[in-house]
Amino acid sequence: MKKSISYILPVMMITLSVFNSSCKKDIQERNQDYPALAPTNIDLNADTWTPILTGASTFTVATPDAVTAPNYLADLNEIKSYQHNLTSEQKAIIKYWSAGSVLRWNEILRELVAKHNLPPYQNDDGSYPFPSAANPLAYPLFPFSNPPYAARAYAYVSAAQYDALVQAWKFKKQFGRPAPYKTDASIQALVPKSDLPAYPSEDAVVAGVTAKMMELLFPGDLDFIQKKVAEEKLYRIMAGANTRSDMDAGEALGKQVAAVFLARARADKAGAAIGTPADWKAFEDNTAAAGNTPWISLELPKRPPMLPLFTKVNPFLFPTETVVALRPAPPYGTNTPEFKKESDEVLAMSKDHSREHERIVAFWADGVGTVTPPGHWNNIAADEFVKHNFSEVRWARNLALLNMAEMDAAIVCWDAKYFYFNPRPTQMVMNIKTLTGIPNFPSYTSGHSNFSGAAATVLGYIVPEKAKAFMDMANEAAMSRLYGAIHYRSDCEVGLQTGIKVGQYAVNRGKADGAGN
Amino acid sequence: MVVLGCVVFSQTVNAQTETDALMIPKNYFCAAGIYTHNSWDHYWEGTFKRENLNLGTISSNVYAVGGNYGLSNRVNVLFMIPYIKTNASAGTLRGQSGVQDISLAVKWLAVKQEVGRGLLSLHAIVSGVIPVGNYQADFLPLSLGMQTKSIALRGLVNYQVGRFFVAGAGQYVRKDNITIDRDNYYTTEMHYTNQVAMPNATNFLFSTGYRSLKFNAEATLTKVNTIGGFDITKNNMPFPSNNMDATLAGGVFKYMFQSIAGLELTAGGNYVLKGRNVGQNLSVFGGVYYVFSVKKNKSDK
Repeated sequence: MKKSISYILPVMMITLSVFNSSCKKDIQERNQDYPALAPTNIDLNADTWTPILTGASTFTVATPDAVTAPNYLADLNEIKSYQHNLTSEQKAIIKYWSAGSVLRWNEILRELVAKHNLPPYQNDDGSYPFPSAANPLAYPLFPFSNPPYAARAYAYVSAAQYDALVQAWKFKKQFGRPAPYKTDASIQALVPKSDLPAYPSEDAVVAGVTAKMMELLFPGDLDFIQKKVAEEKLYRIMAGANTRSDMDAGEALGKQVAAVFLARARADKAGAAIGTPADWKAFEDNTAAAGNTPWISLELPKRPPMLPLFTKVNPFLFPTETVVALRPAPPYGTNTPEFKKESDEVLAMSKDHSREHERIVAFWADGVGTVTPPGHWNNIAADEFVKHNFSEVRWARNLALLNMAEMDAAIVCWDAKYFYFNPRPTQMVMNIKTLTGIPNFPSYTSGHSNFSGAAATVLGYIVPEKAKAFMDMANEAAMSRLYGAIHYRSDCEVGLQTGIKVGQYAVNRGKADGAGN
Repeated sequence: MVVLGCVVFSQTVNAQTETDALMIPKNYFCAAGIYTHNSWDHYWEGTFKRENLNLGTISSNVYAVGGNYGLSNRVNVLFMIPYIKTNASAGTLRGQSGVQDISLAVKWLAVKQEVGRGLLSLHAIVSGVIPVGNYQADFLPLSLGMQTKSIALRGLVNYQVGRFFVAGAGQYVRKDNITIDRDNYYTTEMHYTNQVAMPNATNFLFSTGYRSLKFNAEATLTKVNTIGGFDITKNNMPFPSNNMDATLAGGVFKYMFQSIAGLELTAGGNYVLKGRNVGQNLSVFGGVYYVFSVKKNKSDK
């Protein structure tokens, strides 16, 4: 026994050190590495850019105190008291938010989308409950942020942020109050300095407008949202970039702008997009009457189709009539040889065990519990925009163009899906196995393809040198749905083309909005 | 979920080798071929137990080959490599198939001592798992495995009186980050990376049974606990870094032929009594071992 112990110990020591040094445990995530935003151009003329909804609106921002007034001096003292003794946690808050307000709020929105992108679990009788905005924390949680819901959420938040910043720029120029680090030499700038007037604070405008939009979009998460608002307001003060009065004025302006967007959102018909059993029946009957096989839900128990009346939602970039004008030609009839040929191709994909196909399908799947395809394109946009050091207002404008295109692409795509109501490959060919989940709505055209075509078009306009790379990604995203054996080739190809057309409307808007590029 | 299948699988296989108190003598080699069938139709999302008509019964067939070599009478070296095929009986999701991970272990009989009327032994086992196949980890519950490298330490105490024994074992598993095909994912918050931090795990085993030269029978109770990880939210998909826990009851039988020296047959099973973020798996296995000397007519024992 003693003899054993004499060598047990050294062996155990060696083993333990190997044990502890093996296996990586650290992960550095992309968005933690984003540098502090130092715009190459502060876009001082953004007050002249064309807003989305608020071109004719009037907003009020109180005239700020003079930089010699006691209230302002008290504000400066608050900054100094924070800067006197910053904790590491406070420094981390500064580092996080300094990457940019529009960027971080876009990330927060993506996180909420992913959290809420879960289809409700069925009732005992096999029916499905619907989330209720009136009672967001009861199961099923409100919202179910599926791709159309998410596309609309991204669009409203981005568009409202853009308008709020254009309005903020007007007041900034009107009042011309400099940042605290310019008015008091003893205040440090813990973020890159800017010549942009500080009142009202652009960060607070974004926080105010976004938090207010969230009251409609994510009403069960307002505790989380308000915590982020408070954190961001504190960040600007601690960083010496804004006074508390800059922040309060900005937040108040943001809320005023949000009111305009909330009024539109509450009347945009999204609330009725679920439709009724009579609506669902009518789609089926119309398709059967045309001699084609109607779509049926492949879920068990059968789930009502996802937001069939989303097509009636008011688009941002064009009138409702354009939705019908953009509707693609009909899919191959379910009795045609072309349909058979496409079905055979899907079956072949289903049997193709290439690891590369699996990778592509998984990379673009963006299904349950994810940021959705529009969110994925926001990921891509954010990673790209960070490299360009856009001003906050240009960040917002670019994301507004992207996300209005995504929402309108959702509307146009949903129009085709429910107008034609055609079946998924797996409904027609029983032995097709899929590499990802089958979304609960008709096949033609592919949502991923529409979203990706629109997004790549907008991003290619904003960053022309990357236009081809973005379109290659869109192509891959579209084809991922064929590789995954959940779409026919024509769903993907036609969807991509339709998405590109929608994206072009956003590009045309961008060319005319005064922002240049 | 399939992970549980894999967990269960590796336990059932290991029960014959890594987790039992049996050693093979110096210069002997034990070749093993084991078939395991796993299946479940209920699973736990967090603590919520449910079925899923869109998956039906999830099953897997596991064909494993392995070996155990007696480096000395006190040190054995083991390996095992499985080929797995998974299937969902309902819905459309495609099963996967391929080679999973190789597991390697060194088992050391540290103490062997008469205590009272019986024999007490103490083993220390270091094991590691290295993914071999390029399978997709983030395709639960149909993925073959977790694609994670891991290293584990196990202590095993066995006390045998006559032909009856009781044994207890505890294991700590340290797991490497894994790389998935997506570059962003949500756990309880968003992550912008294709790396997933895998929670470590512990594993406790209690077993008792009968051992003779001809026949072994053993009953086992196993508790697998993932340290950290998160619950599957309602109606969500499982994810490799979920908090997967399970309590399993099982049995192992082994028959040693007297007419053909070195040939052994084994069979057994495991059933998940209680779990969290895993399937309620029933695992049954059967296998063949063949033990032989690799040095002719020269055994130290």
